[in-house]
Amino acid sequence: MKFPAYMFAFLVFPGFVFSAVAGLMAGWVDRKVTARLQWRVGPPWYQNFFDILKLLLYKETLIPRGVPKAVFLGMPALGLAAATLVSTIVLITSGMPKIGFIGDVIVVVYLMLIPPITLMLGGFASANSLASLGASREMKLMLSYELPFILALAVPIMKCGYVIRLGDIIAYQRLHGDIFASLSGGISFFVMLLCIQAKLGFVPFDMPEAETELMGGPYIEYSGKALAIFKLTKAVMTVAIPAFMIALYLGGIKLTLDGIVKAVIKYILILTAMIIIKNTNPRVRIDQAVKFFWGIVMVLAAVSLVLAFMGR
Amino acid sequence: MGLKEIVLTKSIYVFHVSSGSCNNCDIEIIAALTPRFDLERFGVVLVGSIKHADAMLCTGSSNRLAIPRVKALYEQMPKPGFVIAYGSCGASRGLFKDSYNTCAPLDEIIPVDAYIPGCPPKPEATIAALAKLIARVRAKKAVK
Ligand code: SF4
Repeated sequence: MKFPAYMFAFLVFPGFVFSAVAGLMAGWVDRKVTARLQWRVGPPWYQNFFDILKLLLYKETLIPRGVPKAVFLGMPALGLAAATLVSTIVLITSGMPKIGFIGDVIVVVYLMLIPPITLMLGGFASANSLASLGASREMKLMLSYELPFILALAVPIMKCGYVIRLGDIIAYQRLHGDIFASLSGGISFFVMLLCIQAKLGFVPFDMPEAETELMGGPYIEYSGKALAIFKLTKAVMTVAIPAFMIALYLGGIKLTLDGIVKAVIKYILILTAMIIIKNTNPRVRIDQAVKFFWGIVMVLAAVSLVLAFMGR
Repeated sequence: MGLKEIVLTKSIYVFHVSSGSCNNCDIEIIAALTPRFDLERFGVVLVGSIKHADAMLCTGSSNRLAIPRVKALYEQMPKPGFVIAYGSCGASRGLFKDSYNTCAPLDEIIPVDAYIPGCPPKPEATIAALAKLIARVRAKKAVK
């Protein structure tokens, strides 16, 4: 690909514009399903677009006195750039497996860490005790879910013959069937589902934001455009991370009509599973979350790794 | 009515300020968000930080201790934003009118865009007030 093609892929399709729009729609699905589960009507489909437009175009961006401006305002932009890069790489390679480069799985894993880190730094920079508390919880949460996440990620890599190219993993699944279908694949899929629940900050693991005790945690001092960019980051990640799971376990996206429809259905199923977990569980404390991820989830991930090693 | 008015009225994030209420209004605000009334279908969300808010929902009689805080919160709200005086206390100090501790009603302290009378107001009254506020904003009478 040439430079303009890269820029188009990054900024428009399947990068920023596409994933942001899809992510905002996914956010609406989340709000609507939540509302229906609580026996409410829920917002109309365009609600999230109006929320973002309002923040981007018409609201003031306030900067608290005494904060380092470059960090406070730069962090949201950096997070959005990293999230967009993740969704661009993942969506392009799951559509066209030949395009990726060796090691792109590892690059994606590292890039996925940048949005939480920017959120943390932004929270620490905003000179607010509640934001610092939220940021430190975010750090602990990140340390706890990252280990089982990587162990679960090792299962598809191992089963495809130790390849670290996303394209190779997808190509293997097109020949030999989805990894999800095997025993170790199923277990590690479940482990990864729990980890991305925490990665996306969905309810049992939303203690960094904790609306009722920390008033939004790291987001508390953000307003206007900076808040809108954080919301867009979250929307893009809501598309990118489940798409990464689809690429790893469910064979990516075939670029035919029914292939795309199937991929969308898989995405909506993963999203709905996360929303149902979110709505049927209360928020856990941070120490409970660490215990959960380093205890039972780690054991599950290790079991799936051993099973994968034995070829199950 | 331009895009600005439509966008501002379709997505109202509400921050709840209590300046010495008897707690009854505050419960009634939550009641307006419950499944029976469900304000979220109009895009109303209760937020925890004033920096995210578009509207301040002020309950209580704005007593002397609370006045500096109410003023600070109003200044921290990103503009354009609205102030809604909730309940008889918010509108006129209600039954605390003659108290030594309440010197002025809310609308003499910060500019108020809408009043919701009642002690406490019913959720239906909250929704009616919201509809009136939206009509005012759309007629360009309330955006600052
Ligand atoms: S208006 Fe009535 S219910 Fe509301 S805070 Fe005042 S006394 Fe309580």
